[in-house]
Amino acid sequence: MSKIIVISRDGEERAIEAENGLSVMEAIRNAGIDEIMALCGGSCSCATCHVFVEAGGETLPPPEADESDMLEASAYRRENSRLSCQLTVSSALEGLTVRVAPEE
Amino acid sequence: MARFHDVLIVGGGHGGAQTAIALRQNGFAGSIAIIGDEPEPPYERPPLSKEYLAGDKTFERLHLRPEAFWRDRAIDLVLGARVDFLDPTLKQVVTTGGERFGYGALVWATGGRPRRLDCEGGDLAGVHAIRTRADVDLLRSELPAARRVVIIGGGYIGLEAAAVLRKFDKSVTLIEAQHRLLARVAGPTLSRFYEAEHRDRGVDVRLASTVSRLVGAEGRVNGVVLASGERLAADLVIVGIGVAPAVEVLRQAGALGTNGVLVDDRCRTSLADVFAIGDCAARKSRFSPTAVRIESVPNANEQALTVACELTGRERDHDAPPWFWSNQFDLRLLTVGLSDGFDVEVVRGDPATKSFSVVYLREGRIIALDCVNAAKDFARGKSLVANGVLTTPGLIADVNIPLP
Repeated sequence: MSKIIVISRDGEERAIEAENGLSVMEAIRNAGIDEIMALCGGSCSCATCHVFVEAGGETLPPPEADESDMLEASAYRRENSRLSCQLTVSSALEGLTVRVAPEE
Repeated sequence: MARFHDVLIVGGGHGGAQTAIALRQNGFAGSIAIIGDEPEPPYERPPLSKEYLAGDKTFERLHLRPEAFWRDRAIDLVLGARVDFLDPTLKQVVTTGGERFGYGALVWATGGRPRRLDCEGGDLAGVHAIRTRADVDLLRSELPAARRVVIIGGGYIGLEAAAVLRKFDKSVTLIEAQHRLLARVAGPTLSRFYEAEHRDRGVDVRLASTVSRLVGAEGRVNGVVLASGERLAADLVIVGIGVAPAVEVLRQAGALGTNGVLVDDRCRTSLADVFAIGDCAARKSRFSPTAVRIESVPNANEQALTVACELTGRERDHDAPPWFWSNQFDLRLLTVGLSDGFDVEVVRGDPATKSFSVVYLREGRIIALDCVNAAKDFARGKSLVANGVLTTPGLIADVNIPLP
């Protein structure tokens, strides 16, 4: 288990316990935070699990082409944009802070 | 006495679940129940023909929400129950077990049932559909003992299953009645591309081929006989020939519709306070001049959001174009819009590179794109389709020029 901090759209901060090996998207969803739709179930096809990595993402591998291409279509893309379904929870991510991106 | 819910949702799939989730997100404080005929709480269906069939994902990872979520949001799950009667005057439904449920608003989200082969032998053991977890659990339990698999139907379900089974090194024959694969949903270029890819990876693709009967021994299938008379040996048969919308109950109650049940732009049926969404609902939209049923998760979600807004008095003007995805082998297809009725298809990029898009035009406007390993085109294509952008083939065929 690793601790991840999720900031929802209304600015509320929540620390969640995330199971290593799951995606950050699954961890957020399993914690009962329902702002993330994750329509495609984590197959990098929909960009409805868009988050901004605000802290603790130094060890994350950079987005692959598919993820980057999907993010490109978002009106809210920033430098720290990621699709949370493409981020795998591990102890290296302890303390990762992500903010849920605005709804498209 | 009937139990009463302000919103009663029939169907525990993507559409039903998303309706309940979105109602609570919108601050709806009334009572909500979902009646579903499967024993499991709502789960993701798309992986059933992909990662779940392949054994790459456990069922636990398919839950749309953890079990506690439904409790915490006061969404009653009535599972393993099927509604077989609707009284739109009394505003009640009755389950096969005789339980009555009253409603303020009813949301019909029952999806469809896999079409069965109506030929001789269609009900033999070893003949499978892919629609529910139970279907795939049964299929997986029989896979280890099967070497030769015949798949009937060259749509997305059949093709995705073929891709998984080739990974398991099964001998796979795929039978399609039309002259090309994906005939109902894509243009000829995409059909030919997938045909070649499947053949390259060892799938024996039979086009313009129909099944006359299934044969077996001791109640278990062991062969498929084609209309040509040829007999294919089969240890297992998978049938993926579409779904029949599950709307008999609604229709008996008087709801209008010929293909599924007809709904308006707010997903209202012709019955008062009865909505229908997802695979079973036929709707006109600016992307389709005639009422069509769209069998996809994004469509079910989209319509669920429409109903949730309607029931909570929220405006919802944006209507995203339909979209869909399919993963086969290392090919990631993303499609947006409805290509049906196109007059020109423009191939953008070279299919031989396995990264290209097909752009469909009607009267010069972009109505749909099928993007293979080309997520950038898809991402851009969403707004092109949403806006019905006018273009000419010369402007979009060259991959070195970004889409408008």
